[in-house]
Amino acid sequence: MIPPISHLFARHLLKGPHTTPAPAPSEDGLAELADEFATQARGRLGRSLAIREVDAGSCNGCELELHAANNPVYDLERFGIKFVASPRHADVLLVTGPVSLNMAEALRRTWEATPAPKWLVALGDCAFDGGCFAGSYAVAGGVSAVLPVDLHIKGCPPTPKDILAGLLALLQHVGGK
Amino acid sequence: MLGNVTLFEFLSIGREVAGHRPWPRFQLDLPCWRAFEDRLSAADWVLLTEWAEPNEVHALFRDDQTGDIAVVSHPCVNHRFVGLGKRRPGAIRLERAIHDLYGLAPQGMADQRAWLDHGRWAVKHPLGSPRTYDGGPHAYRFRTAIGDGLHQIPVGPVHAGIIEPGHFRFHAQGETVVRLEERLGYTHKGIEGLVQGKPIDVAARIVARTSGDSTVAYGIAFARAVEAALGVEAPPRAHYLRALMGELERIANHLGDIGAICNDAAFAIMLSHLGVLREKILRANMACFGHRLIMDRVVPGGVACDLTDEHRTILRKTLYEVGKGFRRAMALYEETPSLLDRTTGTGVVAGSLVHRFGAGGFVGRASSRAHDARKVPGYPPYDDLDFEIPVRAEGDVHSRILIRAAEVHESMKLIEQIMMRLPQGPVTAPLPMRAGEGVGIVEGFRGEIAVWVRVSEAGKVVRCHPHDPSWFQWPLLEAAIEGNIVADFPLCNKSFNCSYSGHDL
Ligand code: SF4
Repeated sequence: MIPPISHLFARHLLKGPHTTPAPAPSEDGLAELADEFATQARGRLGRSLAIREVDAGSCNGCELELHAANNPVYDLERFGIKFVASPRHADVLLVTGPVSLNMAEALRRTWEATPAPKWLVALGDCAFDGGCFAGSYAVAGGVSAVLPVDLHIKGCPPTPKDILAGLLALLQHVGGK
Repeated sequence: MLGNVTLFEFLSIGREVAGHRPWPRFQLDLPCWRAFEDRLSAADWVLLTEWAEPNEVHALFRDDQTGDIAVVSHPCVNHRFVGLGKRRPGAIRLERAIHDLYGLAPQGMADQRAWLDHGRWAVKHPLGSPRTYDGGPHAYRFRTAIGDGLHQIPVGPVHAGIIEPGHFRFHAQGETVVRLEERLGYTHKGIEGLVQGKPIDVAARIVARTSGDSTVAYGIAFARAVEAALGVEAPPRAHYLRALMGELERIANHLGDIGAICNDAAFAIMLSHLGVLREKILRANMACFGHRLIMDRVVPGGVACDLTDEHRTILRKTLYEVGKGFRRAMALYEETPSLLDRTTGTGVVAGSLVHRFGAGGFVGRASSRAHDARKVPGYPPYDDLDFEIPVRAEGDVHSRILIRAAEVHESMKLIEQIMMRLPQGPVTAPLPMRAGEGVGIVEGFRGEIAVWVRVSEAGKVVRCHPHDPSWFQWPLLEAAIEGNIVADFPLCNKSFNCSYSGHDL
C-alpha cells in the first residue's frame, strides 16, 4: 500500500502550492511609520523581521487570524517575517487585545526584554483603543496607553491580508526600500 | 427528605421568581440553601454555572435524571454564602471569582486565594461595593510539592508562541510532572461589568467576544437568553441559519485544533494541510456571511444575514473539498505510528473526574461523558436534525483528536441537512420592550456555553453572565498532565485547547 503521506507529497508536487500572491503594503501603515528609527535599522536588519507576539488580553480572535497569516495560503515567512519564541530574539513586538491591567506589567517587561532597535505593532481594534472593552475597571485601554506604538493594524479581527499588508509596510520601512 | 427527589420537587421549598424563562428560578433562604448544598452530595444534579449579583448568588443546575433545569438563587446575608465547591468541585474557581468581583465570601472553602483579582485593579470587588485599592499586586501562594530532587518550572503569563496568556507552575522530578498548578485571570476584561446598562445590541457585540473562537456560539447563547427573557422566538429560518454558522465554526475550530495538536507532536504537515482546509471554511464564511469568523451575524431576535442560492453553491463546493482533504489528513494521522506514539496514552483524564467536574465538549466525550447541549436540553433546529454524539472512553490526547474528527463529520452531515431543509421566511423577529430574565444554553465547539441575562423595560441589559465550558476543563488539565513528561505538556494543553479569555471574562 502506498502510505498516505506519499499521496500528499505527490499531490502537492503536481498541483503546486496553495500560496496566494502578496498584497501591496498598507498605505496607512506606510504613512504612520515615518519616523527616525528606520535609518538606524536600515542595513542592520535587511529584509527580515523577527516578531514576538504578546496577547495582552484579547478575545483570541486576533490570534486566530495571526495563525491564519502563518498558514500555507498566506505564508508570512516567505517575506522573511517570522514569529520567534523569545522577546530577546525579536525586532518587533506585536500586541493584540486591549491591555488588561493584569497583563500590563508582563507586557512592559516583555518590551523591556526586546533589544533595540525595536518596533511595536498593535493588532486589532482592541489594541488600537480598547475596542468594545474600553472603559472597564480591568482594562488600561489600547496598547498606546501603556507603550509607544509604531504601527496600528485595525480590524476586528484584521484579516490575514490586512496583517500581511501592515507587516509588509513595516518591512519596507525597515528595509529602507 | 430522602429517596429520589427531583430538582423541581426539592426546589419547591423555595420561592419561584416570576418572569424567568424558559426555565424557572427559585430563591432559597439560608436554611433552604444549606439543605440544598447538603442534598447535592446525593443528588444527580449537574452544576452548569454559578454567578452573582451584589447581594445574591445564582447557580444553574440540571437534573440528569429528569432533564429539568433551574436557576437556584440565594440572597446572601452579610456578604457570605455557603459555598457549593465541596459538593461540586467545578464551583471552587467560580466562587473564588465571585468573591473577587462581588465581595461575597463562600464559606467552608479551604482555598481562599483570590482568582481573577491579581491586585492590579484600582478597586476591590469592582462589581459589588467597590473600594479603592492601592495595595499593589498580590503574591500568589502556589501549592508546593515536597520531595527529593523536585524542582519548579514557572511558565508564563507570556508564552512562546501565538497563544493567550496564563501562568503554569510545574513541580517536576527530572522530566516527570509531579504537580501542575494554573494561575489564570490575566485576560480579565470585566465583561460582566461592561455589559451592565448597555443596550441589547451593544451588549451582544461584547458577549460575542467573550471568546473569539466561539463567537457564533456565544452569539446564539446570548440571543436565546434575551429572547427567552422577552418571551419571543426567533423565526425558523433564523434558527437554521444560526445552526449553519455554528456548525461551520465547529468544523473550522476542530480543523485548527487537530492541526495544532499534531504540530506540537512535531508533525507539522498536519498543521499546514488542515490550515489550508480551515482557510477554505473561513473564506466561505467571508463569502456567505461577510466575516471570516462570523462575528456579529447572530443578533437577538434572529440573524443579520441570509443565505442565497449562490451562497449554497459556495458552501457545497467548500464542504466537498474540505471533506475530501480532511479524510486524507485523518488517514495520514492514523497511519503514522510515530505520531500515534505521542498521542496515545498521553494526558489521560479519568472518566470519574470528568463527571465530577461536569466537563463537556471533546474533553468530556473523550472520557465517556456523552453530554451535548444540542441533545439535552436541545434547542431548535437540532430537534429536527439527525446526528450522533461520538463518545470514547480512553480519555487521552488521541481520543480527544478522534472525537474532534468524528464531530467534523457529524457537522458536515448536519450542514447538508440544514441546507436541504432551510425554511423560507423572515430572519428576524422584532424585540418587544419588556423586562425579564432568561437563560440560553448552547453547544459551542468546546462544550456547553450558558448565558444568563436580565433586561430592563428600557431595552437595556441590567446584568449578564456568560459562562465558558473552559471553567470545568481547566482544572482537569492539571490532572491530565500528572505523571507525564514536561515535554508533553504542549500536546496535552492543545488537546484541551481551553479558552483563557472565555474563562477570565
Ligand atoms: S480586535 Fe476583535 S478579534 Fe481582536 S481581540 Fe479585539 S474583539 Fe477580539
